[in-house]
Amino acid sequence: MSYLHAFGAHLPARVVENAELASQLGCTSEWIESASGIRARRWAGQETVADLAVAAARDCLSRAGLEASHLGLIIVSSGSAERRFPGPASTVAAALGLNATPVLDLPIASAGAIFALSLASQLTSCYGEILVIAAEKMSTVIQGAPLDQNTAILFGDGAGAALVSSRPGRIEVLDSVLHTDGANRDDLALDLTGPLRMNGLTVILQVSRKLPAVIQEVLRRAGIAPAAVKQFVMHQANQNLIMKVAKSLAVDSSLMFSNIARYGNTSSASMLIAASEWEPAPGPVVFAGFGAGFNWGALVARVA
Amino acid sequence: MNYMRDRLLKILQKVTSQPLDVGDEDSLFESGVLDSFALPDLVSGLEQEFSFKVPDSDLNPRKFDSIARIEAYVSEHAR
Repeated sequence: MSYLHAFGAHLPARVVENAELASQLGCTSEWIESASGIRARRWAGQETVADLAVAAARDCLSRAGLEASHLGLIIVSSGSAERRFPGPASTVAAALGLNATPVLDLPIASAGAIFALSLASQLTSCYGEILVIAAEKMSTVIQGAPLDQNTAILFGDGAGAALVSSRPGRIEVLDSVLHTDGANRDDLALDLTGPLRMNGLTVILQVSRKLPAVIQEVLRRAGIAPAAVKQFVMHQANQNLIMKVAKSLAVDSSLMFSNIARYGNTSSASMLIAASEWEPAPGPVVFAGFGAGFNWGALVARVA
Repeated sequence: MNYMRDRLLKILQKVTSQPLDVGDEDSLFESGVLDSFALPDLVSGLEQEFSFKVPDSDLNPRKFDSIARIEAYVSEHAR
């Protein structure tokens, strides 16, 4: 069995309000908010993906009361890392003072956090304390000339982290499900030279079906009805999408945790940033994500 | 107007806030009748109304990009 012991996050200091983007994109702040639910996002400036990851890792370890030296494995998700290899995980380990702890990079973008969380929950018997980090500097991959309105309004920078362990804790992982379908791999992609390409129509059409389905799948396996779930902590892709998932699951929209208005879509980081702000209440909680690949998955846990 | 076409136009009108003043072959996306969040509602509406399931492999916006394409898809798959 595995338990989620703590979450952490780091958001860059610079706040980019809708008005700043609207003037560049020829639209209005109100239109951006109605299309996405986003009012502001953070841009990192000089901070690298690894810098963001290290800050989130330190926040998570501090909240968990754990020294980095006790970690058995670090998994770092990022689709926006600065180089092909080594990925940011090595830099994170070095910054935490570790020189023999294995690390793993997961460069699959938005679904990276749910994939990492699921994998970590199944690896704790081998590796003990596992730190999952998701860090993204999306401001670098949306920059084109001119800016693409479809992507520029959505994305922001940030990092989140989670400590997963076999030590008993308050949040017990019950089950998780992961899926990949490569048929639409080119509809959401970042080539070696950007900017990000996104066919929003296809992405939303696919995710509107696949995300509720995988949540229902993992809940069915755990013998839990959607109506019994106390909170859904999902990838913060778009507020309209979050509401659509609630409608598909026939659950009250208030159960869908949302902080996208303040941070935008931070790709894989968003779910763990959300988790770091979530206040666990007793009962089932569902984590879920979807992204390029397409990759998607869900994890159900129970808060004692 | 045939009965099936009437039914699918009612679904289309239900999921969009825009008037349906487009030709059969006009792009519903380029004309603004459908956007990325109305499209999944259209597909769900067609599935319910015509009692069929659009497989994930058919969740391609091009298949639903005009009234003519929607009509062709429904004609092929409706029970």
